[in-house]
Amino acid sequence: MTPALAFDLLLIAALLWSAARALTIADVFHAVVLFIVFGLLMALAWARLGAPDIALAEAAIGAGLTGALLLDAVGHLRARQREPEQ
Amino acid sequence: MKAWLTALTVLLCSGLALALGGAMLALPEFAVRLPAQVTANLDTSGVSHPVTAVLLNFRGYDTLLEVAVLLLALLGVFALSRHADEHAPRATPAHPVLQTLARLLAPLMVLVAGYLLWVGAHAPGGAFQAGAVLAAAGVLLRLAGLLPAWAQPGRLLRGGLALGLLVFLAVAVAGLPQGSLLHYPVSMAGALILLVEAGLTLSIGLTLAGLYLASAGAKR
Amino acid sequence: MSAALLYALAGAALFAIGLAGLLLQPHLLRKILAFNILGSGAFLILVGLGQRDGIIDPVPQAMVLTGIVVAIAATALALALARQLLDLTGQMRLPEDRPDTEPADD
Repeated sequence: MTPALAFDLLLIAALLWSAARALTIADVFHAVVLFIVFGLLMALAWARLGAPDIALAEAAIGAGLTGALLLDAVGHLRARQREPEQ
Repeated sequence: MKAWLTALTVLLCSGLALALGGAMLALPEFAVRLPAQVTANLDTSGVSHPVTAVLLNFRGYDTLLEVAVLLLALLGVFALSRHADEHAPRATPAHPVLQTLARLLAPLMVLVAGYLLWVGAHAPGGAFQAGAVLAAAGVLLRLAGLLPAWAQPGRLLRGGLALGLLVFLAVAVAGLPQGSLLHYPVSMAGALILLVEAGLTLSIGLTLAGLYLASAGAKR
Repeated sequence: MSAALLYALAGAALFAIGLAGLLLQPHLLRKILAFNILGSGAFLILVGLGQRDGIIDPVPQAMVLTGIVVAIAATALALALARQLLDLTGQMRLPEDRPDTEPADD
């Protein structure tokens, strides 16, 4: 097995694991963090596929901006849950 | 949800993955060689980076419609978040270290965005990446409490949001008498693409930042 | 088998994981995550299959670049809708997915 193939297989395993965990883990905040990890791994995968343009966009948009939006939504959700029931 | 229904869904989705994988492995050889066609026509596109050539010249329709979709999504977010923000308090000032860092980083990020825009003609980069970096600067400034939430964007901001689409539409229609929509004359293609990309960078940056500033962080 | 085809196969698996999550998870935030994972799988399939002979193909790459930007636009709109639902009902799930099935509690 060449090092490149080993890296590809490891990266794919990490991608699938982070995706599956992001959808099954109990806490929503953890899920969002795992999703951001997934986005960064996707950026690596794009670099491996010879697509630096997509890697740049994925790191900035897929992981960064989407992550900021999702984290803010989690914060809003938590603040709402902490409020007493009307 | 019932356990058997969950099991059935998982089973069906696994089957779908296997069927997709099997179909991929059974695919025949390429009938049309797209990379060769792109390389053959790269000289007439006005740029030397193939992805930029595809995005803004060969398949300009996709990009044009995409910018329109982006703008529509922002309008949707504005429509949904409007009534909640009337009494939103001013952003609480963040930690001074974060504020200083944001003040230092934001101009640097604008510089990086300009570089990405310029370099997109011949190397990886372009309007999307530059716009994303601009938007990230906006989000960072918002997190540091240096930017207000966008409850009601003013005229200038609205103009900036629409600029990219308008410039792109104008360039697309300007080619109409010579040939077809989005047809650039070869001698001017490079300059036109840079013009469109500059407008797109500003608008994509503002729109992406707006998606965060309009809804997220409005109530805190 | 080329590395690109390997990533296309991973894309198929991601697509299935995302689809299962979209169907099974009642929480709207997780449905949005699942939708994004499903989309990433589709992007990987598009680029991976286009380059399965090992030659870099800019056409699917440009399409995926467009797709990523559309995906974040859709995500932001979906989050705004979910937030609206949360503000109006106090729930992050659709009415038919709520665990308490008492009719019309308001």
